[in-house]
Amino acid sequence: MADTGILESLLRLVDKVDGGIDSQVVASSLGVDHQVVVGAVKSVQALGEVIEAEQRSSKHWELTGEGQEIAEQGSHEARVFKAIPEEGLSQSQLMVESIEDVVRKKLQQVQMGHSSQLEEKEKNELKKRKLLTEVTVKSYWITKGSNFSTIITKQETELTPEMIASGSWKEKKFKPYNFDAMGVAPDSGHLHPLMKVRTQFRQIFLEMGFTEMPTNNFIESSFWNFDSLFQPQQHPARDQHDTFFLSDPAVAHDFPQDYLERVKKVHSEGGYGSQGYKYDWKIEEAQKNILRTHTTAVSARMLYKLAQQEEFTPVKYFSIDRVFRNETLDATHLAEFHQIEGVVADYGLTLGDLMGVLHQFFTKLGITKLRFKPAYNPYTEPSMEVFSYHKGLNKWVEVGNSGVFRPEMLLPMGLPEGVSVIAWGLSLERPTMIKYGINNIRELVGHKVNLQMVYDSPVCRLDS
Amino acid sequence: MPTVSVKRDLLFQALGRTFTDEEFDELCFEFGLELDEITSEKDIISREQGDQKASEASDVVLYKIDVPANRYDLLCLEGLVRGLQQLSILLPEYIRDPDQNWLSLLLSVQTASVRPHAVAAVLRNITFTPERYDSFIELQEKLHQNICRRRTLVAIGTHDLDTISGPFTYTAKAPDDIRFKPLNQNQEYSATQLMGFYKTDSHLRHYLHIIEDEPLYPVIYDSNGIVLSMPPIINGDHSKISVNTKNVFIECTATDLTKAKIVLDMIVTMFSEHCDQPFTLNGVVELAYRTETLSADYINSKVGINETAESIAQLLTRMCLKSEVTSDGAEIQVEIPPTRSDVIHACDIMEDAAMAYGFNNITRTTPRTYTVANQFPLNKLTELLRLDLATAGFTEALTFALCSQEDIADKLQKNLKDTKAVHISNPKTAEFQVARTTLLPGLLKTLAANRKMPLPLKLFEISDVVLRDESTDVGARNSRRLCAVYYNKTPGFEVIHGLLDRVMQLLEVKPGRNHGYYIQAAEDSTYFPGRCAEIFSHGKSIGRLGVLHPDVINSFELTMPCSALDIDIEPFL
Repeated sequence: MADTGILESLLRLVDKVDGGIDSQVVASSLGVDHQVVVGAVKSVQALGEVIEAEQRSSKHWELTGEGQEIAEQGSHEARVFKAIPEEGLSQSQLMVESIEDVVRKKLQQVQMGHSSQLEEKEKNELKKRKLLTEVTVKSYWITKGSNFSTIITKQETELTPEMIASGSWKEKKFKPYNFDAMGVAPDSGHLHPLMKVRTQFRQIFLEMGFTEMPTNNFIESSFWNFDSLFQPQQHPARDQHDTFFLSDPAVAHDFPQDYLERVKKVHSEGGYGSQGYKYDWKIEEAQKNILRTHTTAVSARMLYKLAQQEEFTPVKYFSIDRVFRNETLDATHLAEFHQIEGVVADYGLTLGDLMGVLHQFFTKLGITKLRFKPAYNPYTEPSMEVFSYHKGLNKWVEVGNSGVFRPEMLLPMGLPEGVSVIAWGLSLERPTMIKYGINNIRELVGHKVNLQMVYDSPVCRLDS
Repeated sequence: MPTVSVKRDLLFQALGRTFTDEEFDELCFEFGLELDEITSEKDIISREQGDQKASEASDVVLYKIDVPANRYDLLCLEGLVRGLQQLSILLPEYIRDPDQNWLSLLLSVQTASVRPHAVAAVLRNITFTPERYDSFIELQEKLHQNICRRRTLVAIGTHDLDTISGPFTYTAKAPDDIRFKPLNQNQEYSATQLMGFYKTDSHLRHYLHIIEDEPLYPVIYDSNGIVLSMPPIINGDHSKISVNTKNVFIECTATDLTKAKIVLDMIVTMFSEHCDQPFTLNGVVELAYRTETLSADYINSKVGINETAESIAQLLTRMCLKSEVTSDGAEIQVEIPPTRSDVIHACDIMEDAAMAYGFNNITRTTPRTYTVANQFPLNKLTELLRLDLATAGFTEALTFALCSQEDIADKLQKNLKDTKAVHISNPKTAEFQVARTTLLPGLLKTLAANRKMPLPLKLFEISDVVLRDESTDVGARNSRRLCAVYYNKTPGFEVIHGLLDRVMQLLEVKPGRNHGYYIQAAEDSTYFPGRCAEIFSHGKSIGRLGVLHPDVINSFELTMPCSALDIDIEPFL
């Protein structure tokens, strides 16, 4: 900050004039360098509305070094003349008796600030001789501001503990903040956006009274993943092209033997009111270990366990965990993704109940307009695809799959005849991609994600 | 989902009315079909081969319709029309020809080892048009790709009956003993030659593996020794059908008899409508009509509607399941035609009733099931720890559970055999060879992809790894791990050590030898010598921490020092 003396002198000058004053005039009247005045103007501006300063530029002529020398000592020619000694040179060599040093006079005029008295032609000629130069000067036109005062109050940048202790803050003025600048990012860790969405889905299920299933078993036998769900052994989903099989450990053991026999029978011969698929069911196919293709394998284990209870009790189950598909990968499909699943088992549940539960579930996601399309799934009948109206896309989009588990799945487990089990599923990635506007799943999941995306991701409220 | 391509105008003509695209889309939705694409041959050729090639092609509008995987009866125009024509009161009645002038197909025992089953039928006095003929060929292809599982379960052969004479013999012979002129070829080949010949055929090479390594190949002869076909590969040229064929002999050979019968039933029920005596069939066709008897109460209570028996019978009849209320009015008798092989239980009939009622007309109700929610304890702990690790300044990564063998072994300077990893038998790429046995490679790869980010990088992940475990039914189990890395110009062991202290504080484990936790110098090839410690809690090893070995850092394409913490959190449940 320029020293207070200059500032106050500047303000006194501004106070005296009407309509304003040029900073160059201030400089010459205070006898200081123009740059000092410019500094003072900026300092006063920082104090608030004390003065207003409008930048201007003007051109004027100034002497070059050589020009200055000539103005002081005379032109080179005049100096030669003067240098002639009294005793002189030979008369013949002296062509003139006296000279008038016009160049010096002209330069002196410029030096005194009267460059306007010279003609343009003369100035340009001197410029060519590198005696004059035209310079552009930036100056300020200074006028009084709305808070004009000739007394300077020094502004503080920050409130200090001393000011609070002494109460001096009351008298002090504070430098204004620049509210257009960004703040300093807090030093913090961040949760992954997909996991934030997972937390919200868990929350929704818990709010609806659903109990979380233990899905921490990525390796599953084909028996629990397919056979127990009445998915026939020749089903395309059991193909090498769709499912990851294990070479080590290749097969599973220890199936509940009675149950396995009932599953075998319902596939190959039918029963429980079913025709069955009428094919040669093989234990070898059921034993094959795989990376589970859906969390419904866990639902099957849980429902079997429920059926072994002495007395049936209604249950609501959910899970959100990884599943694996040996599929062709593209912008929206990876070999592994998270499946969200909800299951309700009770006496007398209807298709209308399934739609009602889905309506409640999706309302919590902020989706209220639903419609249902008949679909096919080997282990549910009826099966429904869930569609919601997407306002942005202006069309119905599929948001999940649902259905009522088939009797051929439930009755061999030992569940009572009148018990219905309704279930639905969706992927965690798809709603997350829609929520955060991500088009390529690789930008969301896996080691190639940009951490900046994780750092910048907002909180997740699914219903807003 | 199979996609069926039909000419729009032919479809509308057969349905007896026209629809706008939107109306038809809506109709499909209610039936569980999907109008996938509206296109034309011209569009398709122009898209695949360029406008120039398309200039000659037809611009007749085609509807591409997605059909549910179990509805084999909707895989051709004929079937779609029957399925969608819901107001038709007259359902076709499929009957066997009472005139026993049918031709027998003798099965020989030799086929038992390779392709044991065969069924056959005849479509008599059929009138093909170019459209019907195309549909006939197309249906066989759709059946081959779907229910026939690319000919492994069932293969269909169709022949001009007027060029051959029964009885026919289905047998199996050594490849060199089978010689015939295959479809659309000019000379005879032995079966062995044919298998070589078709190795480069873009279509047929996919089916060769089905019989290639068998000592005997299946073959069908007529009474004069003419080869009809060598299933499931190719038919003979002699009996090939054309648009002018009047009598079609259809054989289905199979490894699954149930499916062979379904396939044969499907072809003959669909195309007998073009015969002089429609829906009258010859041959070994099952044509199994079945009657299911169920109550209106069953339908009402499963769907959540309240309809009379009469109205339910009407709903079902509209869905091509002819239904009548029994004389006492209590029950509904539903006749399941041979075309509906998908109906195997009363619940399938219930679904058709719900579809006819309209899924979206059903009142949405709230079940009164009362339950109390519980979290899975391991997930509850995981959720709490994740939050506190982020609060401690570490950022959560989300990495894949599958990876390459190299990731968990070579790159970490470990021996693959010591990893207890489970191995995948059919990975398409090296990225899916094993399930991860540690979270560390995923985090290091995340660091590598984010080398441009300002340092330090502090990452964590709490997720499952998979380990072999003989004590479980599948021989493997998940293990929940917490892994964190610190990546900076200095190794930051004290930072990662501080994180361990914080985690232990969160888990209420105090420092100490017996009932607390402590760390102890350990040798581990993943870590820099002298910079690794094993972590013990309540006297049990729960993991390691340390500064990573420079070779490990290099193998993950990193350039800075890095320290890591890797623990099992299941002991803290």
